[in-house]
Amino acid sequence: MHKKSITIALAGNPNSGKTTIFNNITGTRQKVGNWPGVTVEKKEGSVSKYGYDLKIIDLPGTYSLTPFSIEEIVARNFVLEESPDVVIDIIDASNLERSLYLATQLRELDCKVLFALNMADVAFSRGIKINADKLSELLDVPVVFTTGNKNKGITNLLKTAIKLAESTSNISPKRKVKYSKDIETSISKLQNFIKERVEQNFPYNIRWTAIKLLENDKIVRKRIRQKSENKSREILREVETHRKHLLSRFDEEPEIVMTDERYGFIAGIIKEIIKTSTKRRIDTSRNIDLVLTNRFIGFPIFILFIWIMFQTTFTAGSYPMEWLSSGVNWLSTILATSLPDSFLKDLLLNGIIAGVGSVIIFLPNILILFFFIAIFEDTGYMARAAFLMDKIMHLIGLHGKSFIPMLMGFGCSVPAIMATRTLESNKDRILTILITPFMSCSAKLPIYILLAGTFFSARAGTVIFSIYITGIVFSIITGRLFRSTLFKGADAPFVMELPPYRAPMIKSLIIHMWDRSKMFLKKMGGIILVGSIIVWMLTAFPRNINYSMNYNEEINKINTSSSFTGKQKKAAITKLKLNEKAEKAEKSFMGRIGKTIAPVFAPIGIDWRGSVALLTGFVAKEIVVSSLGILYAADETEETDEPDALKNALLSSEMTPLSALSLMVFVLLYLPCVATIATIRRETGSLKWTLFSIVYSTSIAWAAAFCVYQGGKVVGLS
Amino acid sequence: MLLSEMKEGHTGIIVRVGGNGALHRRVLEMGLTRGSEIYVEKYAPLKDPIELIIKGYHISLRVKEAANITVDKVTP
Repeated sequence: MHKKSITIALAGNPNSGKTTIFNNITGTRQKVGNWPGVTVEKKEGSVSKYGYDLKIIDLPGTYSLTPFSIEEIVARNFVLEESPDVVIDIIDASNLERSLYLATQLRELDCKVLFALNMADVAFSRGIKINADKLSELLDVPVVFTTGNKNKGITNLLKTAIKLAESTSNISPKRKVKYSKDIETSISKLQNFIKERVEQNFPYNIRWTAIKLLENDKIVRKRIRQKSENKSREILREVETHRKHLLSRFDEEPEIVMTDERYGFIAGIIKEIIKTSTKRRIDTSRNIDLVLTNRFIGFPIFILFIWIMFQTTFTAGSYPMEWLSSGVNWLSTILATSLPDSFLKDLLLNGIIAGVGSVIIFLPNILILFFFIAIFEDTGYMARAAFLMDKIMHLIGLHGKSFIPMLMGFGCSVPAIMATRTLESNKDRILTILITPFMSCSAKLPIYILLAGTFFSARAGTVIFSIYITGIVFSIITGRLFRSTLFKGADAPFVMELPPYRAPMIKSLIIHMWDRSKMFLKKMGGIILVGSIIVWMLTAFPRNINYSMNYNEEINKINTSSSFTGKQKKAAITKLKLNEKAEKAEKSFMGRIGKTIAPVFAPIGIDWRGSVALLTGFVAKEIVVSSLGILYAADETEETDEPDALKNALLSSEMTPLSALSLMVFVLLYLPCVATIATIRRETGSLKWTLFSIVYSTSIAWAAAFCVYQGGKVVGLS
Repeated sequence: MLLSEMKEGHTGIIVRVGGNGALHRRVLEMGLTRGSEIYVEKYAPLKDPIELIIKGYHISLRVKEAANITVDKVTP
């Protein structure tokens, strides 16, 4: 027999414990994706219980259903357009008054709604006693107590939801918010006006539509225009008349008055259902904040936490990173010896495994980093971090929460950009994504170490430090520039809740980490794989190169010659082999492209070898060093008598300290690696912003390197 | 006086909420409505934003945003 399926949507304020309840119901059987067209996370899960197939949708956490933020639009559209069988509103019982704002809005919509009073134990310990029966009676809504973090009341919640879904009784038109007389008059007049003019099958509740039109709700206005084309002008004109009337009556926009009155209505309910005892327990959360957001030690503690996060990510993460990397090496050695030499083997080893392998080793770092982020978010510390940092970040035109992604950019841009999801405003999110790549990621460090170590040996540390500072300066300039041009207009309101501290739950931490890692791994299979193959093809083709000499013959000559000692022979052969590799690279498509675009790089003091190395850096920045090694025919991989072969090769080339500096500045700022670009594409959800980011960063890189190189020449550096 | 002028540890009653459309409405929806009691818990170490207690929960506003809110009957 086919089981009946019921769709249940979970709505609620952020920090109401909604996600915990969702995790408790669905366990690990959840699908995480994006809502269509936007980068708001969509979570859904299915369970079979009590003879039904339950489909649970976790709506984004919102404080209201006014369509300001994407989250609110997504949540409201789902309830309106997808008509779930039941909407469960998870209400934080210790924060009842504000939570009821969303609840009354849901009540106004024509949907079957059920309240879950969550964490009533916390409320009780604060001396708040809630009369649930009274609440249920006043709003005519089933009310269930739950304690999400102890997994209590969930069974009852689901059973009540099923009962509600199966009940056929109409939703009572009463027990909704009652506004003041003038507003109610306008509502009912408008209601009648609309009713006479729209089709029978008008999809929304008429009273709700009238209220939303009075509130000047853009989305509902648009819907009216779509659903009743010919009458819409008439309706909207009538709405304008009522709005003007109310504006003159209250001297304030109707939406403001109505928000006020909803809270007035809620205050009335609160008075009837809540008993506050006089004994006040100690508020642990406030005591914690006495320390964590303290005027004097708040910042030092914050820096300590960030330092611990960074250290653990990149120090503890380096061990599993090494295991993975030796795993990758082991795999390629096995394949190298077991497979016959062929085109496919070359593709597999040097293209796929080398490319994907160089990125997959970051998985441990990403896991650890997101473990920390999840702790910060789940405990409530993230809001405090934003509280501490907002003043500073606001100078760049950003939100306090942008700090964490930007800081993580020093590690790796991929998780950093993924972390911008904690930002609520889309503007802030995109701006943060655009400037995060300027935070010099750890993959670029080997390049600086090589170049600075070679050309500025004594002052290498200072040079590298200055490069990092340059990156920060460019991010600040970019932030300010974009905020006053591309992202003009008023800043998104900062208005942010500082939720009570809560102990993190292992289950939700693990689910969080797993989601991120899955996202990361999926990307490996897609764009990075393709990117690696393309770069490999460009370096591996054409196959038949006209070498300037016959290397094999030369090697044979040396082998058979008797004028060398064994050691000399070996050195000479190695030298020949390296030259062959270098010539192959030079004559490959990549080399040809490098030579073709070399004129572009000439004004910034980078020759064709540098250009090719920079191009290969597109796959992953670490590759720049190994490319330079190949192109300068330096032997870094095998044991030689010269440990600093590449250094010496660079010193004896035409590269100067000034051009090395220019190259470093270019590496710092130019287009991010393919993994980052894929992440930008995913997180902005827009090809336009992705291309913009590539073009902007590369032009800035060129301009900055040009200033360094030409400016340096003018002042007489070389 | 303005909310942004209140000192740490002081309580007041909101008499007027101003500001542009989006901010105005957002502030109201978070419960900072006329007649509500508001308590200034603390200023951030860099003096901006402010942490407030309203309707039994903690919220933070930038000083510039708090300057749109007028309060009355301020008592320590």
